Amino acid sequence: MDFLVRLSVKNLVVDRGARRIVDGLSFAIEAGEALVLTGPNGAGKTTVIRTVAGLIGAAGGTINLDGGDAEKDIAAQAHYIGHLNALKPSLTVEENLRFWAAYLGGGTADDAAIYDALAAFDLEPLASIPAGYLSAGQKRRACLARLIVTRRPLWLLDEPTVSLDTASVKLLAECVRHHLASGGLLLAATHIPLGLVSERRLEIGVRSAAA
Amino acid sequence: MSAFWTLLKRDLLLQVREGGAVGTALGFYLIVVTMMPLGLGPDLNLLSRIAPGVLWIALLLSALLSLPRIFEADDEDGSLDVIATGDLPLELATAAKALAHWISTGIPLALLAPVLGLLLNLDLGAYPVLVATMLVGTPAISFLGAAGAALTLRARRSGLLLALLVLPLYIPTLIFGIAAISAATGGPSGFQASFLILAAISLFSLVIGPLAAAAAIRFQTQ
Amino acid sequence: MSQIDTTPQQTLTQKLANPTRFMQLSGTLMPWFAGAAAALILYALYLAFFVAPEDYQQGQTVKIMFIHVPAAWLGMLGYALIAVSSFGYLVFRHPLADVSAKAAAPIGAAFTFLALATGSLWGKPMWGTYWVWDARLTSMLILLFLYFGLMALRSAIEDEALAGKLCAVLGLVGVSILPIIKFSVDWWNTLHQPASVIRMDGPTIHPDLLWPLLISALGFSLLFFALHMKGIRNEILRRRVKSLTMAEVDRARGVSASAAAE
Repeated sequence: MDFLVRLSVKNLVVDRGARRIVDGLSFAIEAGEALVLTGPNGAGKTTVIRTVAGLIGAAGGTINLDGGDAEKDIAAQAHYIGHLNALKPSLTVEENLRFWAAYLGGGTADDAAIYDALAAFDLEPLASIPAGYLSAGQKRRACLARLIVTRRPLWLLDEPTVSLDTASVKLLAECVRHHLASGGLLLAATHIPLGLVSERRLEIGVRSAAA
Repeated sequence: MSAFWTLLKRDLLLQVREGGAVGTALGFYLIVVTMMPLGLGPDLNLLSRIAPGVLWIALLLSALLSLPRIFEADDEDGSLDVIATGDLPLELATAAKALAHWISTGIPLALLAPVLGLLLNLDLGAYPVLVATMLVGTPAISFLGAAGAALTLRARRSGLLLALLVLPLYIPTLIFGIAAISAATGGPSGFQASFLILAAISLFSLVIGPLAAAAAIRFQTQ
Repeated sequence: MSQIDTTPQQTLTQKLANPTRFMQLSGTLMPWFAGAAAALILYALYLAFFVAPEDYQQGQTVKIMFIHVPAAWLGMLGYALIAVSSFGYLVFRHPLADVSAKAAAPIGAAFTFLALATGSLWGKPMWGTYWVWDARLTSMLILLFLYFGLMALRSAIEDEALAGKLCAVLGLVGVSILPIIKFSVDWWNTLHQPASVIRMDGPTIHPDLLWPLLISALGFSLLFFALHMKGIRNEILRRRVKSLTMAEVDRARGVSASAAAE
């Protein structure tokens, strides 16, 4: 089942306290496209992603997911991966994924999807291990596996490759390719190239300009 | 709504796995009640007169111990961000977490109370009423406490601040809990009225607690 | 830094919302409020000491009520003001609403404390103790705790904008539980009522005492609003100083206010 959606952001204005971090930013992501935000630290990449994710309220502008479910917020149709892993240390990897699968999937966990997720990020040997025992890279993979446990059209990734080794980055890239191939959208801030065939880049400066 | 039960079950599972908090609250309850006769003298008549009040107040203080953790752990590991952007409205998510607190902390404290009542020579006729009022009154503690926990999530001295914010809000529950017990053990009549008002206050907190908690969390994910 | 356009037509509250406008308006109003407050309070004191009769039961001490009763009213008014400001801030994003709430809290708390202190002083000659747990004093004490909570929360959060929003939430939670608290304290008081009914105001207020009381209440209310306006002005100025300081910091970091980096 493919997605047929489009993300359009127009004249986005975001303030953090007294500072205007994003000032009139516009961009669009078509089905199957990836947009990578680049720019110096503190430029506002995280702010843009968190605003699209619904965690930060915009001071102006519009964010629309055309073709998406009109009943739901954009947040409910996106996977947001931030700097933290959202893993419970005392639950096993599989239990963590099972929780997110159920919570983000309306109450029922899709077993097949969970096994797919474990396989996609090479977590099968770690499935029954409490997340607190994992290394940083393993935890990040377990966090990213959340992308697979429920299908959502928009992926919002903020520095997803932190702590990942090259092999793991390839696993993530493979998942992203698969997601884009079925019409999904990707908005990411990353210093490490994901090795995608085609990705558009958008530089976020101190004051963001139109794309 | 199934996401609600998923979150509730997870929180209860975490309480079981990560243990400490409930035991600490129960231990604190025991210690505080023990200090009463040590401080006021072991006169059994005096103790039985003050027993309902002491048991209620000590319960309020003990519940405070585990309140800050309602949202702290999820905030620290980033789960709160994902929960706030899930399908389930944040108000229901906070309600699920408050409910988990009540089940894992409120109910055990309420069930420990009659045991501690033995230490205070509580009037035998008061036992069932004591447990009943506590079971009906403790939801207010968890739900209003959840609002307090959300408000003080990023504050300095959050534990003490939480107590300062939330204890005045517990006063109606305290007053009607005690009034119900006094009425049932031969004091002025009006048990039914007090008990129903106690229940009404808890129901009110079931609404206002999650609303305030969700608003507070939204402001802090910015 | 680009500005967001303001809408062409403005309602009164929108006009007042502009801090500069408010500064102008309050600058002219405040001296009048303060002056009127001083005049009325002095007049009320004059009436209290030289005109109003002694109470047949309490003697001169009944005149404490000329301060106690208005102070109690203003303690409650202060919290109502905070509740309205909190609502305005959360629902309408009215910019001065947060400033209003912040300024009102210490003033309301001070009047509440004044009510408790005068109530305590009044109690000593009446009942021989400095404190009784009657319904009103107990409610006032809990109100004071609610004020403390608001002020403590505000000071415990570094981010000022966030502190304002969280205090607004707390203010609304407090105001919605306040009637329940009042009701429960009254209930509690009737359960434990001593045999003789002693009310702080006395059984009735003699009409000769009523007039000075109202003058005093009006005078203290004007004082409250004068202090409140002053508090808002101070806070506006303080925030201006802060933004100027932050701009200095930005300049020092080499961040230009108008350059858009590419």
